[in-house]
Amino acid sequence: MLRLHYNLEKLSMGLVAAIIVAASIGGIVEIAPLFTIDKTVTIPDDMRQHTPLELAGREIFLREGCYACHSQMVRHLADEIDRYGPYSLAEESAYDHPMLWGSKRTGPDIARLGGKYSDDWHVAHLIDPRAVVPASIMPAYPWLTAPLDIETLSTQLATLARLGVPYTEAMIAGAAHDALAQSRPDSDGAADVAARYGEGVAIRAFDGDPARLTEMDALVAYLQSLGTLTAAARETVGQEMAK
Amino acid sequence: MSRSSEHEAEIDPVTGYETTGHDWNGIRELNTPFPRIVIWALALAFSYSVIAWVLLPAWPLGRDYTRGLLGLDQGEMAVEGYKRLAAVRADWLEPFADGDFAALSGDGSLMARAMPAAARLFADNCAACHGAAGKGGPGFPDLSDGAWLWGGTPEIIAETLRFGINSTHPDTRISQMPAFGRDGMLPPEDITAVADHVLALSAGKADADSPGATIFADNCAACHGEGGTGGLGIGAPVLADDRWIYGGSRDAILTTLKRGRQGVMPAWEDRLSAAEINLLALYVARLGERDAGAGQ
Ligand code: HEC
Ligand code: HEC
Ligand code: HEC
Repeated sequence: MLRLHYNLEKLSMGLVAAIIVAASIGGIVEIAPLFTIDKTVTIPDDMRQHTPLELAGREIFLREGCYACHSQMVRHLADEIDRYGPYSLAEESAYDHPMLWGSKRTGPDIARLGGKYSDDWHVAHLIDPRAVVPASIMPAYPWLTAPLDIETLSTQLATLARLGVPYTEAMIAGAAHDALAQSRPDSDGAADVAARYGEGVAIRAFDGDPARLTEMDALVAYLQSLGTLTAAARETVGQEMAK
Repeated sequence: MSRSSEHEAEIDPVTGYETTGHDWNGIRELNTPFPRIVIWALALAFSYSVIAWVLLPAWPLGRDYTRGLLGLDQGEMAVEGYKRLAAVRADWLEPFADGDFAALSGDGSLMARAMPAAARLFADNCAACHGAAGKGGPGFPDLSDGAWLWGGTPEIIAETLRFGINSTHPDTRISQMPAFGRDGMLPPEDITAVADHVLALSAGKADADSPGATIFADNCAACHGEGGTGGLGIGAPVLADDRWIYGGSRDAILTTLKRGRQGVMPAWEDRLSAAEINLLALYVARLGERDAGAGQ
C-alpha cells in the first residue's frame, strides 16, 4: 500500500489522475442525490409560493444579513421540537433560492416564526429591539421605514419561475400590483392576491400605515409567512408523534 | 524516473533512514518515512468509516440511500426523545389539561412543581411583548397590575391565550378603539375636550358638568363604562386610573383618539398544548393577584 503510494508519487501524471479519482468519489456522494432531487423531495399539495411582497422582504432579509444570526431550520432534536415546533423538512424550502437554513444562531431560529408575534411587535422590534426586549443584542434597523422598490419584482419572479418555482404568467405580470395590494386590505387588488396565492396569505398593512408601502411592510410580511407556506412538517411530525 | 530503478536503497549513516538518491553537488535528501502513528490513525479512521457505512444511513443510490443495519432515522429519534421529555413532565403537567382551576390552585405541591415551568414558558413565548416580569411596555399591557381588559380569572385568561385578541384565529376576541379623528367621528375641538376629560378622570378630578364629560358620556361610555370604569367583555380598558397601555400623556391620548388602537395578542392554541395554556393562565392570574395585593 505504502509502496504503491511511494511509486505513484514519482509519477506526476499518475498522481494527478489518482487525486482526481479520490476527490471525485467525495464529490459524487455529495452531488448524486441532487440528480434525483425532483423525485426524492416531493412538493406538498398545500405548498404555496412566496407572494411578491414576501419575496421583497426576503431580499431585505438577505441584504441586511439577518441570516448571519438567525437560522431557518428546526433540527431533528427533541429540545428543538420542544422549543420551536415540528422539525424542518427539505420540501419546505423547495422554493427558496438560495435556501436560508443557516448554521449560526446568535438569535433564535425563525423557521416557525409566522404568527408568533404581531405586526406591531415586529415593527417596534426591528426599529429598536431594546424597546421591546431590553436585554436584546440584536442590531436596530430604523432605515427599514424607507419606501419599497417594487420595480424589479416582476423580473425577480420570472427568474424564480425559470428555476422551477411555479409562478404563472399572471403572477409575474402582476407582481408589483400584488405587492402593493397585499399591504392594502381595503384595495381592489387585495382579492387578486388571495385568489393567486391562497386564502391563507396575510393581507394587512404590516407597518400599520396602508398609505405607504415600505421595506418594513415587505420584511414583516416575509417574517409572518415563515413556516406557514405548507402544513407538511406539522403533519409529518404529528404522524410520528401518534406512532 | 529512471533514477528510481538505478537507485539502490542507500542508508544515511546518521539517522538510519533511506535517502531519495537525489544528489545535488554531493548533498543528499533524506526520505523520512511516514510516522507510524499517523498510519495507525488513518487505518483506524478508515475502519470506523466502513463500520459506519454498514450501520448508519450512508451511500446515495439514485432515488434512495443505504439505510444501514441499525435502521436509525433522525426524525424518529427526535420525536422519541420529545416523547420521553413529555413523559418526564406528564405527572405534573397533565393535571392541567382539564382546566379545573380551583382544584389545581388548591394543590400546593403541584403548583410548586409546575410554576418554574410556567415561568420558563412565559419567558419563551410572552416576555418579548409583556416583558420578563409581565410589566408590559408601550402597546403591550401590564399583566401584573390587576387592571384587566377581558378579565383576570384563569378561565378568562386561558380563553384569551387560546384564541388571542384581534388575532388571525377564527374565534379570536375582537376589540377596537375607533379612530375618532381620522374617521371624522368627532371634530378636533371635541377630541381635545374629551382628552382633557380622560386626563381628569385618571387623576380623579373629573368634572361631571364639563363639555368633555358630556362628549365622553355620548361617545365613550358605551365601551369604557360610565366614568371610564372599563368594559370587561369588550376589551376596553379602565380610563379612571393611572395605568396605560399606550401611555398617559396628553399626546398619547390624543394619538389614541385620532388614529384609534387595535392591539394584537396572538393566538396560542396551535403553539402550546391545552395543559401549557392552562398552566400559563394560572401563572398570569397570579402575577395579577400578587401585584394587586401588594400595591393597594
Ligand atoms: C447580531 C445578530 C443579529 C442580527 C444580525 C439580527 N438579529 Fe434578530 N435577534 C437576535 C437576537 C440576539 C435575538 C433575541 C433577542 C430579541 O428578541 O431581540 C433576536 C430576535 C429576533 C426575532 C424574535 C425571534 C423570536 O422568536 O423571539 C426576530 C423576528 C428577529 N430577531 C428578526 C431579525 C431580522 C428580520 C433581522 C435582520 C433585519 C435580524 N433579526 C438580525 C440577533 C440578531
Ligand atoms: C406579539 C405580542 C404579544 C405576545 C407574544 C403575547 N401577548 Fe398577550 N397581549 C398582547 C397585546 C397587544 C395585548 C392587548 C390587546 C389589546 O390591546 O386589546 C395582550 C393581552 C393579553 C392578555 C389580556 C389581558 C387582559 O387585560 O385581559 C393576557 C392575559 C395576555 N396577553 C397574556 C399573554 C401570555 C400568557 C402570552 C404568552 C403565551 C402572551 N400574552 C403573549 C401582546 C402579546
Ligand atoms: C367601540 C368601543 C370603544 C369606544 C366607543 C371608545 N373606545 Fe377607547 N378603547 C376601546 C378599546 C377596545 C381600547 C383598547 C385598545 C387596545 O388595547 O388596543 C380603547 C383604548 C382607549 C384608550 C387608550 C387607553 C390606554 O391604556 O392607553 C383611550 C385613552 C381611550 N380608549 C379613550 C376613549 C375615548 C376618550 C373615547 C370616546 C371619544 C373612546 N375611547 C371610545 C374601545 C372603545
